[in-house]
Amino acid sequence: MGFLDIDSAFKTYGSVEVLHNVNISVGEGEFLVLVGPSGCGKSTLLNMIAGLEDITSGEIRLKGNLMNGVHPSRRNIAMVFQSYALYPNMTVAQNITFGLEMHKVPKAERESAMQEVAELLQIGGLLNRKPAQLSGGQRQRVAMGRALVRKPEVFLFDEPLSNLDAKLRVDMRTEIKKLHQNLGTTIVYVTHDQIEAMTLSTRIAVMNEGHVQQLGTPKEIYDTPANLFVATFMGSPSMNLVPVTISANGEAVCAETSNSFGETVRLAVPEAGSDLRSMSGKTVTLGIRPEALTDKDGADHRSTHVERCASAVGVTEPAGSDTFVTTSFGEAECVARMRADTDASSGAVIEFAFNMEKAVFFDPKSGIRID
Amino acid sequence: MAAPVDADFRTRLQIWLPKLVLSPSLAMALVFVYGFILFTVYLSFTDSRILPSFGWVGLENYFKLFRLRHWEIAVTNMGVFAVLYMLICTAIGLTLAIFFDQKIRGEGVLRPIYLYPMALSFIVTGTAWKWMLDPGIGLENTMHALGWESFAFDWIKNRNYAIYTVVLAAVWQTSGFVMAMFLAGLRGIDNEILKAAQIDGASNWNLYRRIIIPQLRPAFLSAFVILAHLAIKTYDLVIALTGGGPGRATELPATFMYSYTFTRNQMGIGAASATIMLMTIAAIMIPYLYSELRERK
Amino acid sequence: MAAMQQESAIRTSNTARVLIYLLLLLFAFFYLLPLFVMGVNSVKPLSEITGGNMMALPEIWTLEPWRKAWSEAQVGVQATGLKPYFWNSIKMVVPAVFISTILGALNGYVLTKWRFRGDTILFGLMLFACFIPFQIVLIPMARVLGIFALAGTTWGLVLVHVVYGIGFTTLYFRNYYAAFPTELVRAAQIDGAGFFQIFWRIMLPSSGPIIVVSVIWQFTNIWNDFLFGASFADFSSQPMTVALNNLVQSSTGVKEYNVHFAGAILAALPTLLVYIVAGRFFVRGLMAGSVKG
Ligand SMILES: Nc1ncnc2c1ncn2[C@@H]1O[C@H](COP(=O)(O)OP(=O)(O)OP(=O)(O)O)[C@@H](O)[C@H]1O
Ligand SMILES: [Mg+2]
Repeated sequence: MGFLDIDSAFKTYGSVEVLHNVNISVGEGEFLVLVGPSGCGKSTLLNMIAGLEDITSGEIRLKGNLMNGVHPSRRNIAMVFQSYALYPNMTVAQNITFGLEMHKVPKAERESAMQEVAELLQIGGLLNRKPAQLSGGQRQRVAMGRALVRKPEVFLFDEPLSNLDAKLRVDMRTEIKKLHQNLGTTIVYVTHDQIEAMTLSTRIAVMNEGHVQQLGTPKEIYDTPANLFVATFMGSPSMNLVPVTISANGEAVCAETSNSFGETVRLAVPEAGSDLRSMSGKTVTLGIRPEALTDKDGADHRSTHVERCASAVGVTEPAGSDTFVTTSFGEAECVARMRADTDASSGAVIEFAFNMEKAVFFDPKSGIRID
Repeated sequence: MAAPVDADFRTRLQIWLPKLVLSPSLAMALVFVYGFILFTVYLSFTDSRILPSFGWVGLENYFKLFRLRHWEIAVTNMGVFAVLYMLICTAIGLTLAIFFDQKIRGEGVLRPIYLYPMALSFIVTGTAWKWMLDPGIGLENTMHALGWESFAFDWIKNRNYAIYTVVLAAVWQTSGFVMAMFLAGLRGIDNEILKAAQIDGASNWNLYRRIIIPQLRPAFLSAFVILAHLAIKTYDLVIALTGGGPGRATELPATFMYSYTFTRNQMGIGAASATIMLMTIAAIMIPYLYSELRERK
Repeated sequence: MAAMQQESAIRTSNTARVLIYLLLLLFAFFYLLPLFVMGVNSVKPLSEITGGNMMALPEIWTLEPWRKAWSEAQVGVQATGLKPYFWNSIKMVVPAVFISTILGALNGYVLTKWRFRGDTILFGLMLFACFIPFQIVLIPMARVLGIFALAGTTWGLVLVHVVYGIGFTTLYFRNYYAAFPTELVRAAQIDGAGFFQIFWRIMLPSSGPIIVVSVIWQFTNIWNDFLFGASFADFSSQPMTVALNNLVQSSTGVKEYNVHFAGAILAALPTLLVYIVAGRFFVRGLMAGSVKG
């Protein structure tokens, strides 16, 4: 049993089921990120944890106590909203202490708790302002202060950074991460920004259409996506998907496809599992991230399974630190990540290097990963 | 920490409080509006005279009502009044709104002048126009005093024309408001569309006819609904302006209902006329409210 | 109403503009005329009205008609002037406006922030009540007021105006609160605030503009009401509009037009004042009552 447990949770609005059988167990001090496309039910799940939405069936437990039907204010949670939800008629100080006031905490205690939080978040100078007189970043801090001051067991964040500009978002991201490291509180954090998900989390739950697609560490999610949805949703540019035919030949397993001229390309698959082996002769989807598809000099030198083949360059997109080069394999458009000074130019035929240690395979019908 | 009960008392209370708070208003609406409507509709099928009585007479009151010359006059007047009132208000309102939309200097001064009549009671409006149109002291008298001896304007005393004075006073009271409605509609139209149309070479006339006025559909609809509902409810204005006269020349269903119910002691017939008024308004309002409330989730 | 600020992109020629200004001024004249006539003739001796020109300024200025209208004129059977009726109106309007606004605010709050299945239908039922022809409720209302001994009393009128005003106030607050971020309510819930605490501490302090709209709308409507006043009031509770009508229609003696005009202005004064002070809110209220959404 974890610190926060979500057991077989379902949620329906009328006849529409927006969450299907969600099972997540969050350990104490963990930073769980819920990520997924818009409308997949992230906020709904978060609101159910907060007690702002009823749970249709299933259980939510905090420290082993059943939370179903418990009023939000008695769950010992705090929440930071996307719009910050600062009370417009109250000053920053009043905003921060409102929750304590509602819980009948004596004034002196409220005051000192507020000072503590103000110091932690460096908002001491803003305490007498109204939310309308704050910048976006300052509002964000106040919203976090309001959550922190209650010293809750679990923090819930619903896309807290999505209203900030790009620079501020990166700064606040770092700050949230520091806060988590310093305070060690349990956090459930909703975002649809996969970079945020990767950088902040200890674990990620990728959701789609009300289903948890995969729950795992950022590395697991990124390197071994459970299915095609997770593979394409996480990572930018997204993972290349190439149709290949598997041929098992004794120990050796090969994935066959074609390059831009239609010539056959054979890629040896290291450490192929039995499932993949059994697909011999069938067509599957090879997933390879752009950083594992490079120019021959850019290939990972530690990898012992780099396969090379020539193909014609479609377009090149210099992006400063790298240059993205497109080509096609198996008639699917692929993006390769090359060094910035690559001499690839449109129409030229160059050598591409596949780091097959990073390759994953999916069943094209079910979309599930094949080991 | 809360104990793991399936819904603690406070949470249960919080679930019921909203409904509890809404219930007095709802109960009032159910009793005083819908209960009363049922009661009145029921009375319209009874032989009630000075007091409600419960002898069932079926549709007799309705048959009587439609044979009454008095009711026929009221309904005809309603038709004339409603059509003219709505058309003129819409025409004036739209014209003024379009004029106002031409970057008029002094809009801030003019707009309140156009709108203040809406703040007045129909009784005040009726009183003012009653004496202004009175041939003895009003416009006619003034023209005579100014030397235009042959000037005659006695519509308010003339059976055939008195209803038009009701239209005049009602238009005076509401047309400014209709203007505000159209103006809000005009100001809500995306300026970029207008600029694009001007670049396309549309003349102002075409701009309004082809681009702008078609986009004012919601404003037209609202104006229609508001004006129709005001027209059917018109009562005070007639009482103050003409008292329904001369003779019965300006009787409307609302005045008819009142006098049959409370002065002529024909409650059954009065109730039948009220029922017909309600059905007329409902025919306009229910589809309107339905579409308004359905769109917004 | 932000749209009211937008500048039109349309250009017009100078001749057209002259015509437009002329027409706009003509209409301004039309709208101002009755006010002018009432004003001018309320400060004239009666002889100047009957014998002369209604448009002319007074030759002898006098406040006598105002004094008479206020405290002496024959209203119905008594020669009390309009004064007692003015107070009747105040005594009726203030509680009715207050109660209907509070109820409307609570209803709007429930209907937007504590939604439940079927709430839109309930709202539709309440809203339709604003538009019924009140003739349909006169008979049973008279009975019910009689049964509860409220007939002819100010409180009876307060009840009537609250009942038939709630639909509008609910509409205003519902539309206003619909745009009020629900996240604030959720944040307050998590902070431990209950239903009424959220209402008092979070919603009401941000409701200034819509309270003004609702109060003005209700004030104007209730002050200007004639039908209910004429149907359910007696001398002790008759409002200003009914008294003015009695004054003007009284068939005994000479018609004192100047007194009638002074009385009409007295009856119009409170709403007119409200309109002058807070006209733009008034307009906004009218609009909210029609162009919903
Ligand atoms: N009150 C409601 N009634 C009916 N359906 C709802 C309601 N609230 C949410 N939904 C539906 O539930 C689904 C999940 O909504 P939710 O707000 O959880 O999405 P989300 O993942 O947070 O999306 P976003 O990233 O856009 O915030 C959506 O399809 C939404 O339309
Ligand atoms: Mg969301």
